[in-house]
This record gives sequence, C-alpha cells and structure tokens, in this order.
Amino acid sequence: MTIQEVEQARFKSPFYPRQAELDRLNRWHEWKGYSSADGFFDTTLEYFAIRNSTGVFDLTPMTKYRITGPDSLEFLNRLVTRDMRKIKPGRVAYAVWCDDEGQVIDDGTIFHLREGEYRLCSQERHMAWFQAAAIGMDVSIVDETHDIAALAIQGPTSFSILQKMNLDGLENLKMFGLTHFDFEGTELMVSRTGFTGDLGYEVWLSPDKAEAFWDALFAAGKFHGIRAMGTDALEQSRIEAGYIAAYIDFLPANVTVRSGRSRSPFELGLDWLVDFKKPNFNGRRALAKEKREGSTWRLVKLDIEGNKPAHHSYIYAKSGGRKKEVGFITTAAWSPVCKQNIAIGTVRTPHGKVGDKLLVEVFYQREMHWSRLMAEATVVDKPFWDPPRRRATPPGPY
Amino acid sequence: MSERYDAIVVGAGHNGLVCASLLARAGKKVLVLEANEQVGGAAVTRPFAEGYSVSACAHLLYQLQPQVKKDLGLKFDLAADRIGTVALATDGNHVRLNGDEIFGVSDEDAASYKDFRRRMTRFADLLKKFLNKSPPRLGKDASKADLFTLAQLGFDLRRLGKTEMRQFLRLIGINIFDELEERFESPLLKGALSLDAVLGTHLGPRSPNTILTYLYRLAGSHGTLSMPAGGMGTVSNALAQSARDNGATIRTGMRVKKIVIENGRAAGVETEDGESFSSWLVVSNADPKSTIMDLVSARNVETGFTHRVHHMRCKGNAAKLHLALDGLPDINGIDKREYGDRFLIAPDHKYVERAFNHAKYGETSSNPILEITFPSFRDTTLAPTGKHVMSAIVQYAPYDLKEGWSDKTRDAFTEVAIDKLAEYAPDIRSRITATEMLTPADIEQQFNITGGHWHHGELTLDQFLFTRPVGGAAQYAMPLDGLYLCGAGAHPGGGVSGAAGRNAARSILKREKSA
Repeated sequence: MTIQEVEQARFKSPFYPRQAELDRLNRWHEWKGYSSADGFFDTTLEYFAIRNSTGVFDLTPMTKYRITGPDSLEFLNRLVTRDMRKIKPGRVAYAVWCDDEGQVIDDGTIFHLREGEYRLCSQERHMAWFQAAAIGMDVSIVDETHDIAALAIQGPTSFSILQKMNLDGLENLKMFGLTHFDFEGTELMVSRTGFTGDLGYEVWLSPDKAEAFWDALFAAGKFHGIRAMGTDALEQSRIEAGYIAAYIDFLPANVTVRSGRSRSPFELGLDWLVDFKKPNFNGRRALAKEKREGSTWRLVKLDIEGNKPAHHSYIYAKSGGRKKEVGFITTAAWSPVCKQNIAIGTVRTPHGKVGDKLLVEVFYQREMHWSRLMAEATVVDKPFWDPPRRRATPPGPY
Repeated sequence: MSERYDAIVVGAGHNGLVCASLLARAGKKVLVLEANEQVGGAAVTRPFAEGYSVSACAHLLYQLQPQVKKDLGLKFDLAADRIGTVALATDGNHVRLNGDEIFGVSDEDAASYKDFRRRMTRFADLLKKFLNKSPPRLGKDASKADLFTLAQLGFDLRRLGKTEMRQFLRLIGINIFDELEERFESPLLKGALSLDAVLGTHLGPRSPNTILTYLYRLAGSHGTLSMPAGGMGTVSNALAQSARDNGATIRTGMRVKKIVIENGRAAGVETEDGESFSSWLVVSNADPKSTIMDLVSARNVETGFTHRVHHMRCKGNAAKLHLALDGLPDINGIDKREYGDRFLIAPDHKYVERAFNHAKYGETSSNPILEITFPSFRDTTLAPTGKHVMSAIVQYAPYDLKEGWSDKTRDAFTEVAIDKLAEYAPDIRSRITATEMLTPADIEQQFNITGGHWHHGELTLDQFLFTRPVGGAAQYAMPLDGLYLCGAGAHPGGGVSGAAGRNAARSILKREKSA
C-alpha cells in the first residue's frame, strides 16, 4: 500500500478562486469536506444584499445525489413521506424522509430533472440508507456532490441579473420550478428555489464552467448590487423565512442515542408533507399511529417582545398563575427586516397552538454581568418574512 | 372472489404444521399451502434409490419439545431410542457416550465429563424455558407480561446460585474449544463434543457462542437421540394428521408466489398457478429472508427492517450424504450389534476447527467431520431386506462455495466424504449401490430454504432470543399487520423441535385476544 500525500485536508469549491479574491475576512469553516466562508466582507451588508439587492452563496458542498433508473420514482416514493407522483418533470419538491419509527432522518429538495431522472439535495450524506431503501429495486443512486457546481442567487434583483444573462423564458419559471439553459456549450440548470424566503434562484452546472459563470453573473449584476455572501447571512435569512435546519432545530434520527430526542414530521410542523394516500413509504406505520394517538412535541415559530434574542431559552406556559416549563428555543435572532424578535422552538403538546401566549426566559450579558428577563412570546403561523415578490411570476424588475 | 380463511400458513414444514394445528384447534379455519408434494419441509422421509428411503435432512430426533407433543397429543412409534454415540478412532479405540455414561476415556476425563454434563444439562434446562416462550419485548413497547417474562428470566438465572450464574454468564458467549481444552484430555471426546456444538452451523469450535449452540442441542431432552419409525417423515405426517384432525386444510404442490398486501397489512396469498386465497392472518413458515424479500417484497416494509433482514446470516454449511448399501460395512472395532448407534468422525477438536477453516474461505473441508447413522439397522422399512441405508451429515460444505455448486463440485465433495468414511470402514466403497449428496445449494432448492441453513438463520447471539430473526420482529409478528413468522428463522431456531411453531401460534392467539 502506498501512502498518498494529501495537500489540503479540505476540498475547494470550483468557485473558490473567485471567492478568495473577494474575501476580506478570512473566516472559513468546514462544510461537508469543503471550505465554506462565514462571510466575505461584512455579514450585515451581505444579509442586506439578500433583502435589498442580490446575494450569491456557494452551494457546491451541498450533498447531491443523482437518482435514475426504471424504479427511481418508486424508490423516492418509498423513501420520502410526500407523494412524489405529483412532482412532474421540471418541478422541485421539498421533502423529508423518516426511519422505521417515523422519525425524521433529514430534509432536502428533490429536483425532477427529466422524466424518471432526479437530483436529491440534502444536508447530510445518506448513501447507506438510500441503498437499504433501494433493495429489490432497479435504481441507480450516485453521489454527484463533486460533479456539480451550484450557486444560490437570492434577492429582489436576482431575476433582473439572470435575465441580463439572456436566460430566455426565465420569467415564466414559477416557484419550485426548474428549467435548462445552455451556458457556453454546457448545460445550466436553473431552479426557482432557495433558503432565504425571498425571490431567488439556484443554478447548477459543470464545475469546469464555474469560474466563467461567476464572472458572467457578476458582470451582469454589477449595477444590481450583487454581492457574494457567506453562511452567516444565509442563516439570518433562513430564520426569517422560518425554515428549519438539521442539527439546530432537529437532530437526524439516525444520530440520536436517547429515546425521545428525534422528531417526527408532525412534530416539526411538516404535516403537509405526509401523505397517507400514497403507496407504502418508510415510517408510515409509525406515523399513522402518531396521527391517531397524538404527538409529543410541536415546533413553534415565536414572535417575542423586546429586542434581545432568546438564544437557547426555556419556554414556559402560564397556567393558573404559575408557570410551567414546556420547551426550549432552538434558533433565535433579531430580524432587521421584520423589526421583530423572532425564534424557532420546540414545545410539548398541547402547548404551542397558533396564537398561544408563552413566556421565554432570556439571558443577556451587559459588561460581563448577566441579566435575565421573562418575555412574552406569541406563537405565529406564517413565515416571518414572506414578501409577495417571492412568488410573483413573472418576477418584478428591481 | 377468492376463498377466505381465518389463517393461511405458508409452508408445511414441521413448525408450520404445529402452528396450523394449534390455530385450527382454537377454532380457526386454517389453510396450509406447501410448495412440495410432501408435507414436512425438510423433515421428510423420501426415497433416494430404488427400494431405499431416508430422512432427507434431519435424521435424528432429539429436540422435539415435550410441550409440543403434549399440546397436540402427538403419538408416533420410535424405531430406536436412547441411541448411543461412538466417537470413532481409526485404531478401533473408540470413545462411547450415552447420556451421562462414557467409556474409553481416563477416569479423570470420565469424572470431568459427568461434571460437564451436570452443568450443561442444568443450563440447557434454563434455556429450554425460554425456547418455549415468546421472547419478551424490550424498551418502550414492553407490556407488563413482557416485563414479567424478563423478570422471570432474571429470577431463573439467579436461582442457579451465585457461582453457577457466573459460570452461565461466562460460558454463554464463549467458544466450546477453550472449555473442552480446560476440562478434558481425550482427543476423541473433545472432537465429539465439538462436533455436537457446531453441527448445522457456520461455526467452528473456536467460534464465539458455540457453547450456546451446544446448549441449544441439549435443550430438549438433554441430547437423548431417537429415531422415529419410518424416518423423520413420520413426525411430519403425525403433525399433519393432528392439523387435519383439528380441521385445518393442507394442500401440497401449491407454491405461494406472493403474500398479498393491502393498505399496509397482509390480506392473503397468491400461488404460482394463479390461485388466490384471502385471509387477514398470514403465517409464514418460510425463512425470514424469502418471506420478506420475495413473498412480501421489500418495498412493503420499512427500510431499516429490510436492511436487517437482508443482512441476516443464513448460509448453510452442512451437507447430507445418503448411501444405499448392499450390506453393512465393517467399521474397525465396531461390533455388529452396535450399528444402531451414531458414529462420529471428529478425531479431535483441532481437526474440527481445521475442517471449518476451509469454509471460511468458501472451500469444502478436505478432511470433513461426519455424523453417521444406519437408520435401516433398526428400521427395516427403509431398505430392502438384508440391505442398508447410511445417512450422514457432512461438514463443512459452505453454501457460497467459491467455485459454485455444480454436479462436479458436488461429486468431488462426495468423494472426499466417502474417502473419509473408508479410513474407518475400508470396505465401504464395495458396498455402495447408490449415492445421494445434498449440498446447502440443493437443500435451498429442494426445500425452499434461503441459504440451505438448518436454522433458517445462523444461531448466534446476535440472532438469538430478542433479536431473532432481527431486532423489532422477535415476537413472531412482522412489522406488517397480519403477518407472522412461525419457522426456524423465528425464535428459538431450527431443529425438529416445534417450538417456533407452537410459540407463534400462542403468540398469535394471545394478540388476538388482547386486540
């Protein structure tokens, strides 16, 4: 056996050379084996680019699987809880998949690229689980993470920028739609998807055209406030959009050790993703039982009074003049665009119904000293940030 | 509209018949469908040459649970009982065993053997209690009854006394080789006990938990061997008769192609000939792998479960050799009166381990171990007058042979086995008039057992009790409403014991009562 010298312990995205040129912070972290930037210039400005112009985020490290073969649809329908028969070619579906006990392993997006040909993107790697789910089926599952370069182009001016790149017909692309273009002789896939809750697109192409695309994109966006952004800005926008994240708002069921630490789709507010009318899917028995007998936990979006983010706070319910601890916050932030103190948390049922008033215990530090306050929190239904421009088709020119 | 039954049993193996009989006795309208023309699965007597018949797989009865006999009022004649064992030596200085008695070893070994037997039978009795019960469910789904059973297990274990309990816990997971090495000097004795521990498994005496497999063998009648008159088929026929008497319908030559699943539950079966039968209760006597992967189809059950079933180890390693003889061969140092005994070729425990070495790498043993009987010696119905049948289990013949099983590899292994026999019975070749060799591949094909394994799944601690056949399915109920297992793949395991069939029937009836 020969020992191979590894030059770098991390992969560099094909966009890395361009990102490095823009980088003023030198703050990088590891994301699934790749170097990924926390930010490039100023996290706040990058965040405002998403909301007011356009932010560009490198999605390449996202785990991507290509799923093809005669049984690809049947495989996916067995894997995830929603009915994939309804997702036609050219459409994208957000989905979750569960273990045998109906507990969420991960969530992700499934792109129906062409008839019977899919791409599944997720936070975590799942090849072993997918292979197990594919036993007895004629389906090919290939990890194509390294073979596809991807960018999220998010913000009100994103459509105008892409239109400038002569992507004809993009104006007709609806939310959760995807379409194919030619870019310098290679295929460019554009989907109207994102993690920011704003108007935005994700683009997917061969890594050897990555730098050329980046250059063309930034040239087109020059007068539309285009800006590279890192994970910090994305995280802020994802909270405002009310999206949940693995390892933050829930733990993948396959990594939990203690019983009761995983969550079902119902417990994550994803009831709409579970379809009992479709053929057998993984976790069905357990989920049907939970549906009958009720869930233990409920995911809540909270609008909290005051301006101090309720990081990791306990959540209390008032009952008969006393307060009782009913859950905890998993994600919290002050939202500049909503001017709201927002959070995502988990509470025990029956608490946490929409409109319920709960209390959160906020700890904050001023000049080394800790203070504590109890703030009222209202359970809300809708995403905190959901502007009409997000779904307007054709999108407005900004 | 297909005919409706209260319960359909897929496969008329001996466990399937026990289960069908008990369900029918409880008032259910039961249908048993068997792919072969004969009932009994691998527990059948069938002709292999003109005038010669033999028990096709299991040829000695030692595990049939007394509870099964009692519950079904089973009666059949024995051609031989308390069959002795002779560990053969080439020089004729054999070691003879029968129950607690032992001849041909030193006084120290004889005393040590007595002590060994006392402890092993005591532990086997403890194990036996659990073989005749559905294993308790653990974790959050455990009922009061489960906890009670579990507590009972702990209590019975503790009742052994501190020293013996410690010994039990020490021995249950370890290999028999070390224990034999510590206790005995006689190579033949160590060889014989090793053979008993590994027969029918993909294990060598140095493999972990071969004391468990040895105890499993004793957990019926302490290893007392008998032979039903007319071969093993007699037991199956008696079971089939009991099932019919209780009102069950048994149809042979009906291969089930598919277990029908409707709305996430079992709803009936379809046969290869296109007939379909409806029932909300389908009990599979087939092995877990073919039940889930072929009959139910993986896509109808959970992924994690499919994965576990898929990875279940169930590759057989025991071949069966049948010889038609024009007379008894001369075995060195064996008196003509002794041919009703069981003869072992396993000169010492290292020999057994070396025989297993080949199997690890997908080869057959060049010096195999053999368990030999002459059933016709006591049972004249099996061979023409004056002629005889030899039935032997030959190990190791791994299911996934590197070269693959073919007529050529089968014949080669037959020759190896006969050569080995000839070392002890030099005239054997001149006596042979017909030969049949069943490799695990043949057993798989002829008796519809994935991997051709005796136990439908390796009998190891990770596939035992709470996790047999796999975790989440140890109480006979599969994770699919209305579907149950009742064969050797379920708790407690294989051998002609009937325990799995009886436990399954009791478990089904109990669940229905509480539902």
